[in-house]
Amino acid sequence: MMMNHSLKSQFKINQGTVIEGKWHHNRYTIVKELGYGANGIVYLAQCRNQQVALKMSDNGMSITSEVNVLKSFAKVQGDCLGPSLLDVDDWIYKQGQISFYVMEYIQGPDLLSFIQQKGPSWIEVVILQLLNNLHRLHQNGWVFGDLKPDNLIVTGPPPRIRCIDVGGTTIQGRAIKEFTEFFDRGYWGLGTRKADPGYDLFAVAMILINIAYPKRFNKTSGDLKQLIFMVRQKKELQKYEGVILNALQGKYHSAEEMRNSLLQLNQARPQSKATNRAPNSNQNQARTNRIVVSRQTHLKKKKRGGFLETFFIFLIISLLYIFYIYGQLV
Amino acid sequence: MKTGTLKQILLITDGCSNQGEDPIAMAALAKEQGITVNVIGVMERDEIDEKGITEIEGIAMSGGGVSQVVYAKQLSHTVQMVTRKAMTQTLQGVVNRELQHILGGEKTVEDLPPDQRGEVMEVVDELGETAELEVLVLVDTSASMKHKLPTVKESLFDLSLSLNARSGENRFSVFVFPGKKKEVEKLLDWSPNLGSLTSIFSKLTTGGITPTGPAIREALTYFKKKRSLRSLLSRDDESFFEESV
Repeated sequence: MMMNHSLKSQFKINQGTVIEGKWHHNRYTIVKELGYGANGIVYLAQCRNQQVALKMSDNGMSITSEVNVLKSFAKVQGDCLGPSLLDVDDWIYKQGQISFYVMEYIQGPDLLSFIQQKGPSWIEVVILQLLNNLHRLHQNGWVFGDLKPDNLIVTGPPPRIRCIDVGGTTIQGRAIKEFTEFFDRGYWGLGTRKADPGYDLFAVAMILINIAYPKRFNKTSGDLKQLIFMVRQKKELQKYEGVILNALQGKYHSAEEMRNSLLQLNQARPQSKATNRAPNSNQNQARTNRIVVSRQTHLKKKKRGGFLETFFIFLIISLLYIFYIYGQLV
Repeated sequence: MKTGTLKQILLITDGCSNQGEDPIAMAALAKEQGITVNVIGVMERDEIDEKGITEIEGIAMSGGGVSQVVYAKQLSHTVQMVTRKAMTQTLQGVVNRELQHILGGEKTVEDLPPDQRGEVMEVVDELGETAELEVLVLVDTSASMKHKLPTVKESLFDLSLSLNARSGENRFSVFVFPGKKKEVEKLLDWSPNLGSLTSIFSKLTTGGITPTGPAIREALTYFKKKRSLRSLLSRDDESFFEESV
């Protein structure tokens, strides 16, 4: 983090500066700073009436590395994986040469601001979208790595979530390139830093937690217990508790699996209201029940109570019947 | 392309050396022997002085490594980042030399058109993932570091967590200075992970002086010793491990 600050002070590019590429000779006029990622600063720039995002870094290799990721994304159909790459070049200025790349400007608030503006009913929608994006990313052999609300922009309308910073994106099986502690499986002692789909899914669970705790929190005992405790503190997380716990413990093998269990959670709710007493025979329901077993909501207790009631009535009637048969026989 | 083993010294300190050789010269000596010296300055609020920062930057610069001054809280993230950054830097150097071999003259990756850099970067990435790495951690245990030591311990765990996610092999060893009797004291011999540090760290006592220079000098001899004495042994270990798997 400190590195960014030093880089930031070093490269303060004023509004209106024209950046001309050494190789492709495209001219970009800097409009404003959009933010700084782990390895550089991103500017909003104007190029032939088009707004673009321009990322610059004194570490040329990290620029090249990110360009490699974006290029490989471009080969995949659709545009959900990341911003599309427009140009790669070097800029020669007074003190030397600096590498930059230009990508599509994805406009919109970051995930946390979006939820704050639009309300918690959007949480589920964006998380489902995110899992969909991640699934495609994983299928193409990548792991996003540095997944956090700051790197997720909700564009629209209609609202659609997009991942923007591919600095942490790593080939599956390698060591995660870049991460943020709060969202890092290793930091919480719940797994390795090897890039596998579960690494991203852990981060998704932490994003849900981050939505409930916008200021995040520090590691105390730094294990699953602390996270479970924090999840149970917040009412808005109750619904997702089962899914969050599974993701934290690496029980999902794919983003699709996590997405499905999130979807089922939603399906189960109206049904459980309507059929309060009847035990569910269908398989999906059974699965959802298993996932949400640890939830201690009022509703669940009531439902379990209903089941017990039925069971006891059945037992008593059976007993009476047995006594009756016994009486008849004797 | 073979890179051999990457060798690094990671110095964790909170201020100026005050005894023995000039640490900047010792770092330069390390570089001459193919060992990179990285320095992390740990500060509490803003108490680190200008002189300390100059020394920290100087050591890293002449040691061909990376330096960073951070608050104790950020130490974990920084330790792994600095180590990885230095690795990439070293590998980049190796690849650049190789390129100069092929292209001739003073060409580096930066002189290639951006489109061709991508392939070079893939090679660097690949090497970073698979190269063998030796990190000798030198921890300053002068009195002012006392209450930062638990954080240092934690960040070293974190380092081994990060590096052990790579497919290449890692070896770590930990030294502290000043030691009980000597200027430098070995805490942990070369080992693939830093898990065994817990018990040792709690027993640490802190002392008054900060012999940074002598500590680096001593650390260098340890790399050499290891290479001549243990390389055979460690190779045997590996083959045994492979067989048993």
